[in-house]
Amino acid sequence: MNAISVRKIAKTYAGKPPILALKDISFDVKKGELFGLIGPDGSGKTSLFRILTTVLLADAGTAQVEGLDVVKDFKKIRTMVGYMPGKFSLYQDLSVEENLTFFANVFNTSIEENYHLIKDIYVQIAPFKDRKAGKLSGGMKQKLALCCALIHKPKVLFLDEPTTGVDPVSRSEFWEMLKKLKPEGITILVSTPYMDEAVLCDRIAMMQEGKILSIDTPQLIVAQYDKPLYAIKASNNYLLLQTLRQDPLVDSCYMFGEFLHLRPKGDIALLMKGLNASCSQIEPSIEDCFIELMKLS
Amino acid sequence: MKQFVSFIKKEFLHILRDPRTLMILMAMPLVQLIIFGYAITTEINNSPMAVLDENKGVESLALIEQFSKSTYFNLVSTPNNIAETEEAFQRGQIKLALIITPSFGNDFLNGNIPQVQVLCDATEPNEANTVSKYAQQIIMQYQTRVHNNIEMPFMIHTNIRMLYNPQLKGAYNFVPGIMGLILMLICAMMTSISIVREKEQGTMEVLLVSPIKPIFIIFSKAIPYFVIALADVIGILLLSYFLLDVPIVGSIVSILFLSILFIISALALGMLISSVTSSQQAAMLISGVGLMLPTMMLSGLIFPIENMPLPLQVISNIIPAKWFIIAIKDVMIKGLPLFAIWEECLILAAMSIVLLTASLKRFKNRL
Repeated sequence: MNAISVRKIAKTYAGKPPILALKDISFDVKKGELFGLIGPDGSGKTSLFRILTTVLLADAGTAQVEGLDVVKDFKKIRTMVGYMPGKFSLYQDLSVEENLTFFANVFNTSIEENYHLIKDIYVQIAPFKDRKAGKLSGGMKQKLALCCALIHKPKVLFLDEPTTGVDPVSRSEFWEMLKKLKPEGITILVSTPYMDEAVLCDRIAMMQEGKILSIDTPQLIVAQYDKPLYAIKASNNYLLLQTLRQDPLVDSCYMFGEFLHLRPKGDIALLMKGLNASCSQIEPSIEDCFIELMKLS
Repeated sequence: MKQFVSFIKKEFLHILRDPRTLMILMAMPLVQLIIFGYAITTEINNSPMAVLDENKGVESLALIEQFSKSTYFNLVSTPNNIAETEEAFQRGQIKLALIITPSFGNDFLNGNIPQVQVLCDATEPNEANTVSKYAQQIIMQYQTRVHNNIEMPFMIHTNIRMLYNPQLKGAYNFVPGIMGLILMLICAMMTSISIVREKEQGTMEVLLVSPIKPIFIIFSKAIPYFVIALADVIGILLLSYFLLDVPIVGSIVSILFLSILFIISALALGMLISSVTSSQQAAMLISGVGLMLPTMMLSGLIFPIENMPLPLQVISNIIPAKWFIIAIKDVMIKGLPLFAIWEECLILAAMSIVLLTASLKRFKNRL
């Protein structure tokens, strides 16, 4: 049995014009898996989280969490999942410890009972346990929120963009913690707009405009990118981009940090002739795959 | 149960972490009571008046003396003619003028009917009405004094006694009114705001994805404000008894029972408001304007309900404060036992049950 199984879920928000959030989404998450939903803002990740955590009703399709239907058995699901919404949702005027105690009690448990689960994370915020949650730094807030979502030993953990707005060091620390939860057998569904975090997941689903572009392990997704890719750098990248986009020999070309990533139709040497730019072949990243998939869809 | 206790503890923490709001909640009723008790008073004393004495006789002087002795009036000017009198009115120096006709003294002696004229500034109708009645009273007193020696053919002597409030003090009316207003404000507004705050800050989303029952979420919000409201009731009663000399004739137990019933209905109203709004501002507006205004206007606190047009009288029936004010006056000032107000108690209880059921039904289990 899968921890999460989603079948043809669709959701449209009423309005003028109506906003299509999810369209025919289907996927499965295995027990104990760290599954990532990767996609830019507005791709429907949060809507999907809300449907799976039973706080939002889908227009069509079915979904199950731990074999329980998200509509019929929502009360049972709510006792066994942990949910960390995208927006910081703890009590800002309560201290770190008060927040944690409260959420433990809400789930009829205590901090002591499941302390082993949060120990590694909690020791980092313990020095600030008397500080008000609202006064914590962004990274600390997310660590506290993770503790609060974990304190009742959930079977499935839903983390909606836990690393958005967090500094790079705290981000990598946060992912370290998720890795450490693996032996506990907790299934984790996590969403992120950062492509570099995708490789840290067991499997990922790439989302764009309410649709899933591809589901696989990050390694296999990268492996499917079978064409050569080059990184190009010139003194004026913008001008170069304009020129290359006009060139019929170019399949695709886009900005990528301080480089331009280019996929030629034919020989790269032919293309680079006469251009004053450095060029080297590179391994495609998840982001390159995402851009490629977006073009195909 | 552990969930519920922990939830209530959290709510108390929220309130204690915001000492400014707490202070307003505790001080507001007392400040309002003092303002209504001392600054805004409907009793009229020391009204400035003028006398135009065209008679200048012994009789007219005796009448003027009767006026100046009274605490109701202050003789501030003695104009020489009618034009000067009007001028004094126009300048706002006086509220009332007494004009004694030239033949006043002679009419007395000759057995004719003596005439005086009383002019009032009716730009404030209620005040004019009151001072003119005071003037009539004083003239009557003068008349009885003069006639003491003379036998009248027949005369009806009226004995008036003001029951329950012999001194016609305004405090007897507004203390129950303020209680109704304050309790409604604190309970309905604060409860609705604190529930809606959870929605606005996104914490409601986390609470929904937990085993806690909606009824616990709602009730735990109401309990701290129930405690605060009860403390306010006791504060108001102490202040009005010791400072404003309002007697508490009825039993304290009945008064508290009635207050608790009313507090519950106000809390239930707050819960209902929270279930139909999604922002703190909207909750504040609905409970502020949508609740305070009708409570003030239609509860009988400011305007007597009997004098309202019929549609408003009908609407006033759905205002919980109306029933509370009627009942608390009966118990506190007339000293009636609890069973005498069973009707009001029943109405308040029924309102609470309906409101509670509606707000629980309307509580959204999802976003």
